[in-house]
Amino acid sequence: MKLTLQIWRQKNADDAGRMVTYQLDDVSPDMSFLEMLDVLNERLILEGEEPVAFDHDCREGICGMCGMVINGVPHGEQRATTTCQLHMRHFKDGETITIEPWRAAPFPVVKDLVVDRSAFDRIIEAGGYISVPTGSAPEAHAVPVPKPDADKAFEAAVCIGCGACVAACPNGSASLFTAAKITHLGLMPQGQPERDSRVKAMVDTADELGFGGCTNIGECTAVCPKGIPLETIARMNRDYLKATRG
Amino acid sequence: MSAVSSPPKAQATSPTSAQAGNRLSPVAVHAQKARKPRTGSRRSSILLKAVMAVSGVVMIAFLVLHMIGNLKVLFGREDFNHYSHWLRTIGEPALPHEGFLWIMRVGLLVAVFAHMISATVLTVRAKRARPVAYKAKRKSVQQTYASRTMRWGGVIILAYILYHLLDLTLGVANPAGTGATPYDRFVADFQRWYIVAAYVVPLVLLGMHLRHGLWSAFQTLGLSNARRQRGINLFATGASTLLILGFLVGPAAVVIGVVK
Ligand code: HEM
Ligand code: FES
Repeated sequence: MKLTLQIWRQKNADDAGRMVTYQLDDVSPDMSFLEMLDVLNERLILEGEEPVAFDHDCREGICGMCGMVINGVPHGEQRATTTCQLHMRHFKDGETITIEPWRAAPFPVVKDLVVDRSAFDRIIEAGGYISVPTGSAPEAHAVPVPKPDADKAFEAAVCIGCGACVAACPNGSASLFTAAKITHLGLMPQGQPERDSRVKAMVDTADELGFGGCTNIGECTAVCPKGIPLETIARMNRDYLKATRG
Repeated sequence: MSAVSSPPKAQATSPTSAQAGNRLSPVAVHAQKARKPRTGSRRSSILLKAVMAVSGVVMIAFLVLHMIGNLKVLFGREDFNHYSHWLRTIGEPALPHEGFLWIMRVGLLVAVFAHMISATVLTVRAKRARPVAYKAKRKSVQQTYASRTMRWGGVIILAYILYHLLDLTLGVANPAGTGATPYDRFVADFQRWYIVAAYVVPLVLLGMHLRHGLWSAFQTLGLSNARRQRGINLFATGASTLLILGFLVGPAAVVIGVVK
């Protein structure tokens, strides 16, 4: 396959950055998107140019590192797929592909396609945990969890924190990410003691970090590689309003 | 957190991008400093949304009554003018003349301001949260036209409300003038095509605003879930369509000459 790539290049956080066009002539349809970028980088290195910086780690769709906006859609148009799991056969020969970093004020660009997602860590630190004594694991059947609750909690717990929801949201809102963790812990018996303080702290932290508010448009769910449902946001809103009323 | 191997754990969940945190380059550290975390709390975005949802629902309740009242125009001059007069006498003598109407007006004014101020604060925050736009033409994966036009649609609706008050409430912008009865002002308006257009276009926009707004309000107030989503969407579409059609009955009756 022949491809034209338009990639965001930015030397560092202070650089203004710009789109740069590259031609690739020998792309196999069986390559993953990241392998295609590897091929480009090998060539750039041979040519003595700076390779395109992008984040990745597991390359199996579970670590959440490989976020980039492909043709205007986080992780590309293929649904429920991380960039590392996206294959070049979903693109057309001769196609022009634009590749940009996540765009959100709380996710500053570090270099090229790499952004700093520490803001998500700040939200988790604010309340995305339960306080339990450490030590040996408790007996698994000591606290029964109804199966439907376990299923819904799991559906939310599969969030990999990639940030695609923020990147897709026209308001730059972290609602889906925050709601996933609030749903996960709020449905488990172990999450009950801190349920009110958790939702207050996490939502207020997201607001303070500069993420926008939610307008219930649903772009987040649509691009989420794990398909976290929009209903988690309704649950977060319900919990938040309840916690605020006291 | 692995999607496949780890069930929801009772233990603390690890920060999601711990890897990124551990190997922050000097550049990233710099970027973090440059971000200077805002101190001091901001008004919670969820509370602002709740204010919008409640004030929006208050306005919708008013619109339903208003729409039903407008249908009186079909029963003729006498009925319509009498209805308009009656509105001003509700609660008398316990309330002064127009007392009830003024309570409604103040209530609506509070709702409109609360709604607009929250909308403005959230719009500013949304713009600040995405300071650099994407170069690729944005592909909407999910969002609808109605949901994308909430802000500008809202501004147009506001301008329409002001015009509407000058036209049919105060009469200063009405072709029949301030001296005419409510019925005659109504008829004078819709005998002119450009005034018909000035009403129909904003009403259709209002319908779209309410379609997304109703759906959004259920979600904002936490009344929605996966099972109810379909029903809520149908209700939002059905209710806003009926409301706007109801408002269009009167003007249509004038246009086709049933009401004159
Ligand atoms: C008759 C007048 C109006 C009614 C009945 C109405 C109703 C509503 C409702 C029910 C919502 C949903 C609240 C939520 O998201 O939970 C909403 C949202 C909104 N309204 Fe209005 N509104 C009116 C006028 C306005 C005006 C004048 C403006 C702007 C100046 C405006 C701007 C907005 C915005 C920006 C949203 C949020 C959009 C979103 O959630 O996606 N509205 N409106
Ligand atoms: S590299 Fe781990 S999810 Fe893509």
